[in-house]
Amino acid sequence: MAKVHVSTTVNGQPMDVLVEPNDSLLDTLRDGLGLTGTKEGCATGDCGACSVMLDGRLVCSCLVLGAEAEGKTIDTIEGVADGDGLHVIQQKFLEHAALQCGICTPGFIVAAKALLEKNPNPDETTIRYWLAGNLCRCTGYDKIVRAVQDAADELASPA
Amino acid sequence: MGDYAYAAPATVDSTVELLSSSANSGTRTQVLAGGTDVLVQMRSTDRGARLIVDIKQLAETNVLSVGEDEIYIGAAIPSAILNENAELKGLLPGLIESADLIGSTQIQGRASIGGNLCNSSPAGDTIPALIANSAVCHIVGADGERDVPVEDFVTGVGTNCMAPHEFLLGLRVPTPKGNTGDAYLRFIPRTEMDIAVAGAGVRLTLDDSGACTAARVGIGAVAPTALVVSEAADALIGTQVDDDALNAAADACSAAASPISDKRGTVEYRIKVVGVLCKRAGAIARDRAKA
Ligand SMILES: Cc1cc2nc3c(=O)[nH]c(=O)nc-3n(C[C@H](O)[C@H](O)[C@H](O)COP(=O)(O)OP(=O)(O)OC[C@H]3O[C@@H](n4cnc5c(N)ncnc54)[C@H](O)[C@@H]3O)c2cc1C
Ligand code: FES
Ligand code: FES
Repeated sequence: MAKVHVSTTVNGQPMDVLVEPNDSLLDTLRDGLGLTGTKEGCATGDCGACSVMLDGRLVCSCLVLGAEAEGKTIDTIEGVADGDGLHVIQQKFLEHAALQCGICTPGFIVAAKALLEKNPNPDETTIRYWLAGNLCRCTGYDKIVRAVQDAADELASPA
Repeated sequence: MGDYAYAAPATVDSTVELLSSSANSGTRTQVLAGGTDVLVQMRSTDRGARLIVDIKQLAETNVLSVGEDEIYIGAAIPSAILNENAELKGLLPGLIESADLIGSTQIQGRASIGGNLCNSSPAGDTIPALIANSAVCHIVGADGERDVPVEDFVTGVGTNCMAPHEFLLGLRVPTPKGNTGDAYLRFIPRTEMDIAVAGAGVRLTLDDSGACTAARVGIGAVAPTALVVSEAADALIGTQVDDDALNAAADACSAAASPISDKRGTVEYRIKVVGVLCKRAGAIARDRAKA
């Protein structure tokens, strides 16, 4: 198969990568670029573990072709923390024990960050609907919702 | 079987040329919009190699315009962008809701109405709402451009009227005038992320006395293709869209349905529910027309 050359920007860094034409962006991130923070749960758009930002929009990277990343800006879980300093949402996930096995967590954090950037003060229903495409088999969701609410509060009035 | 390949042509002409030459050489091609059906199919039911032709780079498929007579929705526009457009949401709340029902936030960021229509699933949520809104498919191909009424576009389960050298550029929807409202409702066993058991879209126009002067009803997931139900529209036209009229329209929808039984619902259940949805969507459309 003729590989496709892709120039893209990931977490602010320009990157070049060769992809198979049928590779997903998830494959490209994980196998091509070694960014394994983004997870694969289903590869069919149902679980949200592969959530990334593509040109500022939340998408499932398993439903985007790697080739489509040409000229685009991608933000992944690896870009959420500032060096060793966790993002408020990450910190709140730890404080609220909003993760167990952790496979869903990068997707939840990327999705929750996108929500709070769009709507800094979401109510519980809004949070639950926004995150309906992120599945978690461990936590029962409640702690995740609390963590996101707490992060929103903290971002609104930093302690 | 050849290899997979990917192309994102920059112009409509080069897209048509590529589709035509591939069709002539027997290369399997598939147009790509948001990919939320295409990539799922590539990973599950249909893994065969093909040339993927991405139409999202075209200026024409990214047009979103609200004119006095026509609203144009380019085939590449994802649902999230439609939903963020307050003017469009005000004019066509039912159509935008039907697009907003598709999948999760992540899916919304990619899924287009054009892709929903071209995928031509019996349960595609936007199709009954497009039918209710008298949408017209703007198609381009080797023989030039043509317009096809949306109710004539889908020809069967997963099939449509486009030739291999053609693709959908966008959808034309008549701009609502006067006291006009639309609505789409579907029934799913959950509250999010499921496939419609039945769906109904209604658009109607009232005169100043509240009498219905024009109506269109589309139903989905209860036949191999979404259907326009003119008997249901006729039951509303000339009435105050009261319960009697809505019940008659509901009966017409149930009569038009020829569903299958599957894990989401039986034949009898779908026939009943599609009527109920028509009645409820009709009442919402009426109230929106008055507002
Ligand atoms: C988790 C999940 C949930 C979903 N939920 C729903 C739901 O609730 N309701 C629903 O109706 N659907 C649902 N879908 C299906 C899908 O998201 C929709 O059908 C969507 O609208 C497809 O749009 P797309 O732009 O992603 O199309 P694509 O996947 O890009 O294309 C779909 C089909 O149309 C063809 N095509 C696309 N654009 C064109 C064009 N311009 N010209 C010619 N052919 C074209 C493609 O070749 C392909 O066959 C869901 C999918 C997932 C993964
Ligand atoms: S891996 Fe992409 S949604 Fe599950
Ligand atoms: S923590 Fe295990 S799936 Fe969410």
